[in-house]
Amino acid sequence: MKKTGYLLSFVVLAITIWACSSDGSSTDAGSSDDEVPVTFDRGAMLTNWADNIIIPSYQAFQVQLLDLQSAYETFISDQSVSNLEAVRVAWESAYKEWQHVSMFEIGPAESIGYRLNMNTFPADTDLIDAFIAIGTFDLSLPSNRDAKGFPALDYILNGIEVDDTTLIALLTNNANSVNQQDYVAALLADMVSLTDDVVGQWEGTYRDTFVENDGSSATASVDRFVNDYIFYYERFLRAGKIGIPIGVFSGTTEVNTLEVLYKPELSKSMFLEGLNAVQDFFNGKHYSSATTGESLESYLQALNTVKDGADLAELINDQMDAAREIVSALDDFKTEIEAANPPVPMFLAYDEVQKIVPLFKVDMVSAMSINIDFVDADGD
Amino acid sequence: MTNGFKTYLEKNIEAAPLAVFRIFFGLMMLGSIIRFWANGWIESLYITPSFHFTYYGFEWVKPLGSLTYVLFFVCAIAAVGVALGFKYRWAIVVFFLSFTYIELMDKTTYLNHYYFISILSFLLIFLPANAYFSLDAKKNPQNAFDQIPKWTVDSIKLLLGMVYFYAGIAKLNSDWLIEALPLKIWLPSKFSTPIIGNLLAEEWVHYAFSWGGAIYDLVIPFLLLYSRTRYLGFFLVVVFHLLTRVLFPIGMFPYIMIVSALIFFDVRLHHKILGFISKYLKISKDSFDNGNILTPKKSFTLNLKHGFITLFFVVQLLFPWRYILYPGELFWTEEGYRFSWRVMLMEKAGYAQFKIVDKKTNVWFYVDNKDFLTPFQEKQMSFQPDFILEYAHYLKEHFENQGHKNLGVYVDCYVTLNGRLSKPFIDPDQDLIQHKESFKHKTWILPFKDEIKGI
Repeated sequence: MKKTGYLLSFVVLAITIWACSSDGSSTDAGSSDDEVPVTFDRGAMLTNWADNIIIPSYQAFQVQLLDLQSAYETFISDQSVSNLEAVRVAWESAYKEWQHVSMFEIGPAESIGYRLNMNTFPADTDLIDAFIAIGTFDLSLPSNRDAKGFPALDYILNGIEVDDTTLIALLTNNANSVNQQDYVAALLADMVSLTDDVVGQWEGTYRDTFVENDGSSATASVDRFVNDYIFYYERFLRAGKIGIPIGVFSGTTEVNTLEVLYKPELSKSMFLEGLNAVQDFFNGKHYSSATTGESLESYLQALNTVKDGADLAELINDQMDAAREIVSALDDFKTEIEAANPPVPMFLAYDEVQKIVPLFKVDMVSAMSINIDFVDADGD
Repeated sequence: MTNGFKTYLEKNIEAAPLAVFRIFFGLMMLGSIIRFWANGWIESLYITPSFHFTYYGFEWVKPLGSLTYVLFFVCAIAAVGVALGFKYRWAIVVFFLSFTYIELMDKTTYLNHYYFISILSFLLIFLPANAYFSLDAKKNPQNAFDQIPKWTVDSIKLLLGMVYFYAGIAKLNSDWLIEALPLKIWLPSKFSTPIIGNLLAEEWVHYAFSWGGAIYDLVIPFLLLYSRTRYLGFFLVVVFHLLTRVLFPIGMFPYIMIVSALIFFDVRLHHKILGFISKYLKISKDSFDNGNILTPKKSFTLNLKHGFITLFFVVQLLFPWRYILYPGELFWTEEGYRFSWRVMLMEKAGYAQFKIVDKKTNVWFYVDNKDFLTPFQEKQMSFQPDFILEYAHYLKEHFENQGHKNLGVYVDCYVTLNGRLSKPFIDPDQDLIQHKESFKHKTWILPFKDEIKGI
């Protein structure tokens, strides 16, 4: 009888634990925050990401964007060629700065679809022309994402007219000028308000939400962010900036899908900016500083000392260096694509860019026991 | 048949253990189906995907659109029938068929646990689990017995013991024992587990878990068989399965195994459990204790049944060894990996990029797997050769229907196994369309270039 009592208590214990344990996917409420893992502190990595990389990068971008806005206002009040040139310069540096924040599509950015709102390309020029002609439009509609953001500005600043004086005439001295000016102002206001929203939330409560979710479930910050990070690399850097334009997924080159289509000498710089940002993030490099903190690289190093395997972090860095080298040696992307079909040098460069994907997606994720994408099902 | 075996077949035992097993099995299955449904998995695993990975020879088993819900409903009702012992033979046959059909619909979701349920329910078809404490026995007292052939209870013990023992044998390899892999990869990431979280990064813990797990699997059937060690054995069963439950997302399985292990206990325990149930549900248990002994008439059919069940076990005992017939490393090729109780042995992940080539013009492009597969399917596909082959053929068909011609399908595939640096997995120069699925060795899998010693 006594033994049966023990037995039943085991069964009861089993059922209790079953009832209490979540099914592995929801937030890990069971984990306490004060536990310090022995090998690697994911919380310290999240802190470094948030405080030294994500928030400073966002803030720097916000400043650049406001500079662009004020450069435009200056131009409107004094429509000189040099002021137009200043707008272009501000636009270009904001666009480059954008490449350093585009990958942070988590939390506030994710919920408003920040990336697609800021940089959906190619821009739909017919739609933009129509909006300017009519003078009414709603930039908040998802269907209008390809009529706004950096690509729309690219079209207006670099695509409509070949020389600056005609462009100034178009913007200031034309039946549609008011609409033109309003549209550009609206584009900028939209970008600024989206950015203010994202930066404001990071400066507010989201930073703590992000850092404190330092567990290891599929919904923990590290797992989710690594997924987003790899997704950015694969989809937006690799495919968006090179793969799709050279026709990797369609079999024919699509030069019109290049980023910065109307100032094509910038397409390559944008890719390289993005690659730098990805690599700096990987190495935990503080924003605009040589200092590094806890990162995916140091995480891999910590795991490697346990695992005694190949030095994966070094392989990843080497491969990114190799990719940068071969892409840098290319002519500008448009020239490369139009020079030959298929554009062989660019394909070779793509291959080097591609080689990082399995290192990230297979080796790194496997070493860190991170689920690639949210797969909600039982395991063996 | 030897005389000893013959007399063994004529031995009897009280029917209570099998009745308890039937009740718990039915309830657990009902719970599993409700959980599966409530998690939205019927939708996300069987209805949303446009393409499903099939088992060789069972390509015709496909999800049934919205009727898939009906299938799960039927399966749930059958589980209730099993638990109640109501029209038991029908219920268990329907359960076996519907459950197995569900498992065959898409091999993405393959789990050893599901296979275990399938063959267990198949075995249960042949056992008199409704002879005692069932609606059938209540309604037809002439079919009610409180004594049944001993082998019927033993056959479940054998199946359970086999699962553990083979799972233990599978762990006898150098990765598991010498390197403590894959636990060395998995455990540190569970640092947020309450109480033991901090320990999980310690290397000695990885070894302790690896060796402990292997020894546990190998000895647990014997601990449960002998009455002196039974309570210790059951204690270990509970601890082991709860630990795996806490550490890994393995759903209902730990509970199923814990409850199933009760079959090893003495009949007194089972009578107590049934007495407890009777008290609560106000059932008269005494009416089942009729002293009747189920002695099947000696007949050709009976011999056939005994022979068939013997054959079932012989097949089960041999099947996990079929991998020996294939060249190459089992963990790498996975030829003969499934249906063999190889549980949690590998941290394996892959990346597969398919290239569609017009072989006349040499124009080619890559496939975006997300266009065709769910993340779960893509994950499973990218390191299992039979998935890769089936998907390649599907892609060919898809693009041919779009008007492409003379297609070849090639794959760039990288796989990492237990923390080894990812290596090319499939020969990138092989047109997969030229290869058909079969039980033969897949020559287009590249060699492993490392060695995992052991069984």
